[in-house]
Amino acid sequence: MSLSENQVSQIAYLARLSLNEAQLKDTTQDLNAIFSLVEQLANIETDGIEPISHPLHMSQRLREDIVAEQDQSALFQSVAPKTSNGYYLVPTVIE
Amino acid sequence: MEWETVIGLEIHAQLNTKSKIFSAASTEYGQKPNSQSCAVDLGLPGVLPVLNVEVVNKAIKFGVAINAHINQRNIFDRKNYFYPDLPKGYQISQMDWPIVGEGKIEITLGEKTKVVGITRAHLEEDAGKSIHDMFDDDTAIDLNRAGTPLLEIVSEPDMRSAKEAVVYAKKIHTLVQYIDICDGNMQEGSFRCDANVSIRPKGQKELGTRAELKNINSFKFLERAINLEVERQQDILEECGSIVQETRLYDSVKHETRSMRSKEEANDYRYFPDPDLLPVEISDELLEKIRQTLPELPAQKKARFVAELGLSDYDADVLTLQKPLADYFETMLEHHASNAKLCANWVMGELSASLNKHQIDIQNSPITAQALSLLISRINDGTISGKAAKDVFKAMWDSKGNADAIIQAKCLKQITDMGAIEAIVEQVIANNAPQVAQFKSGNDKILGFFVGQIMKLTAGKANPKQVNELLRDKLS
Repeated sequence: MSLSENQVSQIAYLARLSLNEAQLKDTTQDLNAIFSLVEQLANIETDGIEPISHPLHMSQRLREDIVAEQDQSALFQSVAPKTSNGYYLVPTVIE
Repeated sequence: MEWETVIGLEIHAQLNTKSKIFSAASTEYGQKPNSQSCAVDLGLPGVLPVLNVEVVNKAIKFGVAINAHINQRNIFDRKNYFYPDLPKGYQISQMDWPIVGEGKIEITLGEKTKVVGITRAHLEEDAGKSIHDMFDDDTAIDLNRAGTPLLEIVSEPDMRSAKEAVVYAKKIHTLVQYIDICDGNMQEGSFRCDANVSIRPKGQKELGTRAELKNINSFKFLERAINLEVERQQDILEECGSIVQETRLYDSVKHETRSMRSKEEANDYRYFPDPDLLPVEISDELLEKIRQTLPELPAQKKARFVAELGLSDYDADVLTLQKPLADYFETMLEHHASNAKLCANWVMGELSASLNKHQIDIQNSPITAQALSLLISRINDGTISGKAAKDVFKAMWDSKGNADAIIQAKCLKQITDMGAIEAIVEQVIANNAPQVAQFKSGNDKILGFFVGQIMKLTAGKANPKQVNELLRDKLS
């Protein structure tokens, strides 16, 4: 399996990455090299093997349902580009 | 051509936990903007989401309540898309291994029952809120809601009319409140419905192209939005057009749905397992414990009301539709186990009518279950007549005190002294000779005239049953 430049440019758009012609070529090549590495798996018998979702063989630890966070909005908003009345402001989103 | 409507619903039930799904920030509604979005909710670098145990328990509770398969090993994935109210650029959700698998819900439409399949129910975090009309040149973002736990309940496309969809949605709405996993508040967005709607020529097997309707925040709007969409699709297909698969926003003010193309473009979410979260393992013990401690479900409660209290199917249905109403009724039963029907009549009659009229939830009723209980006792022990009880109820509603105080203040106590009533009955008979003659010549209806006269003289305080008995006795 390999990706076309068209597909890579579509994925780049979804990730909001801007690639010029040369970068698009390089990225496509790099991604396809990674693909061929992974493709070796196709030669291995994987029937009956459950896919893993995480490399650690552990299960998720759970947290008690307790509120323990303070309001730090002033601190967080100090690094935001634009705020007003406690809101973060972004360029108008039109639906 | 005859068309068949096909509907599937996606219901987002906000789980009523104190803290968020992956952080210890509060989930309380209506707080100062952004005061409850912590570093985890904002997706700041270096943070680690840690799953809330109650979120897992509540999701299992739902699964057990609908007899669904529980995936004892389930996995969180990242759903990637860009939107200003989604700080991380991805939503943590569940794709291939949701916590709740296939289940079923039975719905009742008039005399018929129907089974609606539940495809799955998965956990995810809510996004923040975008406010478009607060500033002229900017969109305001409040991230307090970001990270609030949601259980998304996905149905099979099993519903065939807007009415069925509403019955199903109400059933889920009742259930999540009964098992105390969601407060069901639709105005605050705690319970939201998206509807997948398509139509096909009657008899055709394949499904038509569907549209997804969003932004529906009441059952009334759900029905309207679906009917509107069905009409729109019929118009297009009958003019040989074709339906575009898209998301449409319902506008309840203009009563129209309109396309939300912005969201369609990026409809490739590139799901992958979230490396920050390990698989969730649910032990047999936990599953069994939740199964054992599941509260009585609406259908069970209804069956019990019919079997043990002798209520009609209809009454039992009305009384169990909302958990708070059922709770109120059951509190009254603590003192009136043998008067269930009388209690039911008052709750469904005077009380519900007054609550509706003033748009008050039963939880905030000015008359508590205990207070109404006392009124029922006074009807029961013959202190007041049913008619006088309605006056007492009105006064109680206006916070004029408890039933006993009002009965005393208004002198509503029934005259049960037989001697006193007898004297009045005799007086009325003596004063109305022509009517007595009519009665004796066979006009039974004239009895009402006498009762009326007696009630007038006693200011309505005579016991009607005693009056009737005495009258028949004296007149015959």
